[in-house]
Amino acid sequence: MTLTVAQGSATGQGTPVAARANQVWKVYGSGEAQVVALREVSVELQRGAFTAIMGPSGSGKSTLMHCLAGLDSVTRGDVHIGQTKVTGMKDKALTKLRRDQVGFIFQQFNLLPTLTAEENITLPLSIAGRKPDKAWFDTVIDTVGLRDRLKHRPTQLSGGQQQRVACARALVARPEVIFADEPTGNLDSKSGAEVLSFLRNSVREFGQTIVMVTHDPVAASYADRVIFLADGSIVSELYEPTADTVLDTMKRLDTGA
Amino acid sequence: MLRATLKSVLSRKLRLVLSGLAVVLGVMFVSGAFVLTDTLGRSFDGLFATAFQNTDVTVSVKSTGPAQGFDDDQKLTATVKPETLEKVRGIDGVAKATGIVSADGARVIGSNGKVITSFGPPRLGENWTGENDLVKLREGRAPQSGTEVVMNAGLAKSAGVKVGDQVGVLTTQPKKTFTLVGITEYSGGRDSLGGSMVVSFHESVAAELMLGTPNVYSSVDVKAAAGKTPEQVRDSVRAALGDSFEVKTGAELQKAQTAGAKEALGFFNKILLGFAGVALFVGTFLILNTFSIIVAQRTRELALMRAIGASRKQMIGSVLVEAVLIGLFASAVGLGLGIGVGSLLAWVFGNVGSASLELAGIGVPPAAIISAFSVGMIITLVAALLPAMRASRIPPVAALQEAATPDRPLTKVTVVGSLVTAGGATLLLLGLNDKLGDSSLYGFFGGVLLAFIGIALLTPMLARPIVGVIGRLMAWSVPGKLGRLNSARNPRRTAITAAALMVGIALITGVNTVFTSAEASIQKIADKEVNADLIISGDPSDERPATFDPAVIDKTKAISGVTGFSADYFDVAHALGEDRSVTIMTDVPAYAKMFKLTAKEGEIRALGPDEVLYDEERAKEKGLHVGATIEVQLARGQPRQMKLVGIYAKSSTTGGLILPTTLIGELQVAQPSWGYVDVADGVSVDGVRKQVDALLADSPEVTVANRNDFVQQQTSAFDTVLLMVQILLALAVLIAVLGIINTLALSVLERTRELGLLRAIGLGRFQSMRMITVEAIVISVFGALLGVVVGSGLGAAIVRALKDDGFSTFAMPWTAMGTYLALGAGIGVIAAILPALRAARVNVLQAISYE
Repeated sequence: MTLTVAQGSATGQGTPVAARANQVWKVYGSGEAQVVALREVSVELQRGAFTAIMGPSGSGKSTLMHCLAGLDSVTRGDVHIGQTKVTGMKDKALTKLRRDQVGFIFQQFNLLPTLTAEENITLPLSIAGRKPDKAWFDTVIDTVGLRDRLKHRPTQLSGGQQQRVACARALVARPEVIFADEPTGNLDSKSGAEVLSFLRNSVREFGQTIVMVTHDPVAASYADRVIFLADGSIVSELYEPTADTVLDTMKRLDTGA
Repeated sequence: MLRATLKSVLSRKLRLVLSGLAVVLGVMFVSGAFVLTDTLGRSFDGLFATAFQNTDVTVSVKSTGPAQGFDDDQKLTATVKPETLEKVRGIDGVAKATGIVSADGARVIGSNGKVITSFGPPRLGENWTGENDLVKLREGRAPQSGTEVVMNAGLAKSAGVKVGDQVGVLTTQPKKTFTLVGITEYSGGRDSLGGSMVVSFHESVAAELMLGTPNVYSSVDVKAAAGKTPEQVRDSVRAALGDSFEVKTGAELQKAQTAGAKEALGFFNKILLGFAGVALFVGTFLILNTFSIIVAQRTRELALMRAIGASRKQMIGSVLVEAVLIGLFASAVGLGLGIGVGSLLAWVFGNVGSASLELAGIGVPPAAIISAFSVGMIITLVAALLPAMRASRIPPVAALQEAATPDRPLTKVTVVGSLVTAGGATLLLLGLNDKLGDSSLYGFFGGVLLAFIGIALLTPMLARPIVGVIGRLMAWSVPGKLGRLNSARNPRRTAITAAALMVGIALITGVNTVFTSAEASIQKIADKEVNADLIISGDPSDERPATFDPAVIDKTKAISGVTGFSADYFDVAHALGEDRSVTIMTDVPAYAKMFKLTAKEGEIRALGPDEVLYDEERAKEKGLHVGATIEVQLARGQPRQMKLVGIYAKSSTTGGLILPTTLIGELQVAQPSWGYVDVADGVSVDGVRKQVDALLADSPEVTVANRNDFVQQQTSAFDTVLLMVQILLALAVLIAVLGIINTLALSVLERTRELGLLRAIGLGRFQSMRMITVEAIVISVFGALLGVVVGSGLGAAIVRALKDDGFSTFAMPWTAMGTYLALGAGIGVIAAILPALRAARVNVLQAISYE
């Protein structure tokens, strides 16, 4: 088992980097009540790869993702998405970043109940004032298998279907990175497997970069690479994981070995 | 349970403030009205008490003639003769008797050439009887000849004149100029008694000027001899003079005067309370909506309460306790503000212009406190009752489910709404058409109220389609579209919010429609029935008809190019067993030509002595035909038998008895009020107008105008009334705006997560604000649209019912309606500001991780 935690400002060699965190600290509160969520974390996420972030509750995995996505500010260090430095951005630039370079998939699906599936999918483009690329839209729709559900409203769809709509929404704008926060957390195992296969396929077929936070070893096994966090630091890493190797690593980390 | 409720209330201060504010404003209006009228009422008590402090007993003659002028209370003027004064002086117990001349109608011309007008208080002309405890000369001296006058300081200030100035005064005679030799004040250094304007003439001319007959008095003031009470003196004077005299003590007179003023105040109070009622009605919608939203948002919390054993009763109780708290708090604040507003208005009333009413201390009558709390509590409780019952029906299992509130079908509410609307409309129409006898007015108002409730119930059904259409008009952008969809999301909520705005706008539109129709009707009459090229008239809103110098009549006729002229004298006569208004036309044929007056029976011609004309409708009512004898008694005449020589067809411009010019001398005021000029074809009307205008230099109460200007003059009063109504209804609109703010604020709170998501996928701050703004505009324009439609319907119903009272034309106030709609959109923008800022400040991370 190799443990290669990227250090310093090392840039990815050969593979371009989609997102990168450089010696990031995230500290909440001050004095006695101070909580360190991230402790000098540096990580590079390769373009066209499916990366999973794992770790127990409170390990800082969600915080890391929020910081990488520009949803949360970092206390020290900096974050880049593509060539863009996210740290220190004002709201206007952040909004533009979210429109152009970032996509989100949430555990709670977070679809707008007033819009149809199709409208939900094209919403980020509409907000940015862009027209969807028809061919790409069709490809995405067929990939997620929602063609006959486009005119339905979220309340008329099952959980799995809703999450597939959310995936399509993230994909359709072709962002630099898609951040998925426990995307299968609210789904049964069958629907979860569908969504995960779909995410992996979009990495394989379309070269989409995806970062997923999860605590489910099976979900993590769909990824190309798994990063393990504990107490705000990256403690381990795994390439080409299987459910078993992930579970093993977690057990090892749990026992503090 | 109570503790849980209290904590819940306190944890949502904003919600408490917003829903409480509606009650505060309504209660403020109610208690303010009571404080104002109470303070003014007690001030009048004080005023009349001092006004009669010098009078022990007063003697006047019982009138048998028609009412004086247009005021029912004052019967004319059988005047007191000097012999009577002498007789009173000889009665045992009378220490001193003074003949008093005092009559309304002394109109002073100010330094700007305009007549000093009064809004209520009389313009008295009196004889100077010397200084006393009440009246003192502040400057100058008493009048010593018929060409000198004194006036009270308030009047002198309004007129802008000082001692030594020449002052023009209109009395029962045309303008006469006097030298102002003195200025008076009242005990305590007051400029006037409640705004009354008093000109005191020299004894030698006062009676002739003010009463129309020299050497008489309107009453006799009696001072009781030492050791005699006013009552004793009253009784002995009464015994000595006999039944044809009215003998009263000063106290009795004071009581009667105060009662009159109080009656006027009571009416004023009712109007204020009416507007307060509208504001509270609108407030009810706001509170109802707030509680509904709160209950919806607390579904989980309430279900949890149920799951751990709270009973339905306790659930209702918990919501109602919150309502009681808000009601109590808001009533108390509203009362406090109301006392402030009432005092402020009382101060304004007391000091505006030359009123200088000495205000009694500001008092808070029990009625203000009782009504403030009962109204505040009842409104809040009634509005909270429905949401409370809904809260009690939340099943415990809702605590465990995703808080999805399915759309309840609107069928029931629509059916009920239709029934209530129909009932309200029926009641309204019955009331309007006087089908309900004495309770017609109540029927009308009740009908309006019911119709509003019914339409409010129908609005959820209307909301979806109409909001869709309105929304599409402004939803060209994505945030706009999202805003539109949000506003259609909860039709009930949108509907109630919009309905609150509807009420205010509908009332304003209704009133405006009636006024616009009235204007259009007058315009139509002017176009169709008036051929007079120039019209001499005064301010139509003045209580007493304006008059002008009769000398103008002949001078106008002499202007070259004038082919016809007739002037109208108006008065009230006792005829056919009643007091009726009568007209004397100086030239009946000329009038008939200019106003297309045609004979229905007999003929329309110049009248000889003891000949009269009557209108078709009233003649028919009395079963009179040409040749009939009618007994007529004018203000200064004896009853006389007159012959009906002609009955004229229904006319919009005149009505009632037309008397011969020989009777002008028997009128209360022998001066014409209106004049109509016919100008020959080809002669410049404006040239003639200028010449007539010059003739009217000494008759500043009237002006001469061509037909179009005249119509405008006549209708200008509507604009003033409309403005007042709009100002008073603005409060109702303001409360509706609070409602929109409230609904949006609560919706933003409810959709925090959604807003976060939208921000996460790239919605900018400005776009979030725009989304909320569109939602607000859609709601407010929807409300304004409903209001405009309902209001014009209401106006149409009123105009139709008044068809026989001169409303010949129905006209819509299109411009105003457009303005109200635009105003609706503006209201939406304003209401959206705070909620939009809140939406823009949503923290993306917190919003999406918020459970």
